Amino acid sequence: METLLDINWRLFAVVTLNGLTLASLYFIVASGFTLIFGLMRIINMAHGSIYLLGGYIGYEVGAATGNWLVALLVAGAVMALAGAALQIAIFGWMQGQDLRQALASIGISIVAADQMLAYWGGSTYQVDLPSYFSSFVSIPLAGGYSAARLLLIGLAVIVGVGLWVVLNRTRIGMLIRAGVDDRDMLEALGKNVPVIFVGVFAIGAGLAGMAGVVGGSVLSLSPGEDARYLLSSLIVVIVGGMGSIPGAAVGALLVAMAETYGLAYTPTYGVVYTFAIMVAVLAFRPQGLMGRAV
Amino acid sequence: MSTETLLAVDDLHVFYGASHVLHGVSLEAGTEPVAIVGRNGMGKTTLCKAVMGLVPARSGSIQVRGRAVTGLRPYQIARTGLGYVPQGRRVFPSLSVEEHLLLTARTRGRWTIERIYEIFPRLAERRSNGGGALSGGEQQMLAIARALLLNPSLLIMDEPTEGLAPVVVNQVTEILKAIRSEGVGLVLVEQNFAVATAVAERLLVMMNGTVALETTASALSRDEDLQRRYLGVSSHAH
Repeated sequence: METLLDINWRLFAVVTLNGLTLASLYFIVASGFTLIFGLMRIINMAHGSIYLLGGYIGYEVGAATGNWLVALLVAGAVMALAGAALQIAIFGWMQGQDLRQALASIGISIVAADQMLAYWGGSTYQVDLPSYFSSFVSIPLAGGYSAARLLLIGLAVIVGVGLWVVLNRTRIGMLIRAGVDDRDMLEALGKNVPVIFVGVFAIGAGLAGMAGVVGGSVLSLSPGEDARYLLSSLIVVIVGGMGSIPGAAVGALLVAMAETYGLAYTPTYGVVYTFAIMVAVLAFRPQGLMGRAV
Repeated sequence: MSTETLLAVDDLHVFYGASHVLHGVSLEAGTEPVAIVGRNGMGKTTLCKAVMGLVPARSGSIQVRGRAVTGLRPYQIARTGLGYVPQGRRVFPSLSVEEHLLLTARTRGRWTIERIYEIFPRLAERRSNGGGALSGGEQQMLAIARALLLNPSLLIMDEPTEGLAPVVVNQVTEILKAIRSEGVGLVLVEQNFAVATAVAERLLVMMNGTVALETTASALSRDEDLQRRYLGVSSHAH
């Protein structure tokens, strides 16, 4: 017998899972954003464009090859190369000029948005997942839940653990952490910081590109998604603290949960909570929850 | 130019925006240690940063071992054989002590991590601590160790005893003397007159963005009038 209480718990469980999966996607997108922001102080306003273009490329590759994993990897690789090219050809020439870099990246995002609209049009695309992800998994309380959305959580964990290992257990990671702390000092110790910058930009853009494929598989791709994920990344990084991967995870959880619970339980005010969190963090801990004071 | 000259700065001018900080600095440094003294705001730190390429030179030239480095990137300048120990130490809070040493211990030479741990046993004890968890003296030792592991031909040290307790100042002074006897060139920027004269006999006094006086530790120690004029202190105060 289903009582009112049971139904509420079930809704709660589904909403929680929705929040977790959205948080996973936000984390994958924002982790690259925060790496770039933390190391180079570049507010890459084209990060959302990289997400969306990565998604479209994944769609095309998926449609041509029929292989989702190939689509994911190709989109990630192409976007990583595009990111490296952006850093070499554009941002590297404006080193240390934060505002100019931000404005240039806005310009890139506007051009990219129109080019993508011209090529892929205004319709909605979905990247085809392997069939076993289109099933439903039985979860206690929630009942059946989409395997594709659970895949998102798994991917976020892989990305999170992978970044942790790279940052904390490899020489490259050591250089990146030192660069986030004090890039001038790192360079004065004879380290080729410009090359590290290109590498980190490639990693960040590659992650965004792969996130686009994942988001385009579980959710969908359409014009405007670029701005949406740029905005979410900005808020996640402001809340979590710039340059911090754990911060991006905490920020993504807070923002996605607030958004999902808000929309489910108080639809009218759904959007407000995200900004309430941001205002609270900026008021009491302006460097972000896991960020260091600058 | 003699082979002994490791660093040659000639008529160096540096601006921060519209403010003219270095007004034609010229100096030479070889394997014999040089101390640069002078009051606050006379351009000593700016000189170090300009040599390392961290602030751009408006005009003038900087040569390391006869090679012009003006306009090169800091990492290229560092690779010509300069070790930089900056003001404020600037250790990396996210890196452990050991990681700091691994970061720069890439060159072959007399300085190895094992040797650093012998000379700085305190760093060996704290090898897994983060850079931010160290005391000021430990941070200073780490900043020196990190630069030494580059096996530089010349160390540029900016205020290594600033903000340290007197007993730690003595330790750092002993370390500087030990480095001096290793054949590493040393340009020591130091506000602490006693430390500067203990480490280097050759002294340059900076005033208003230029080298106002070249003298020796013994000459300046004897001349209180000069000390008052250039340093605003006299050794009687100590």
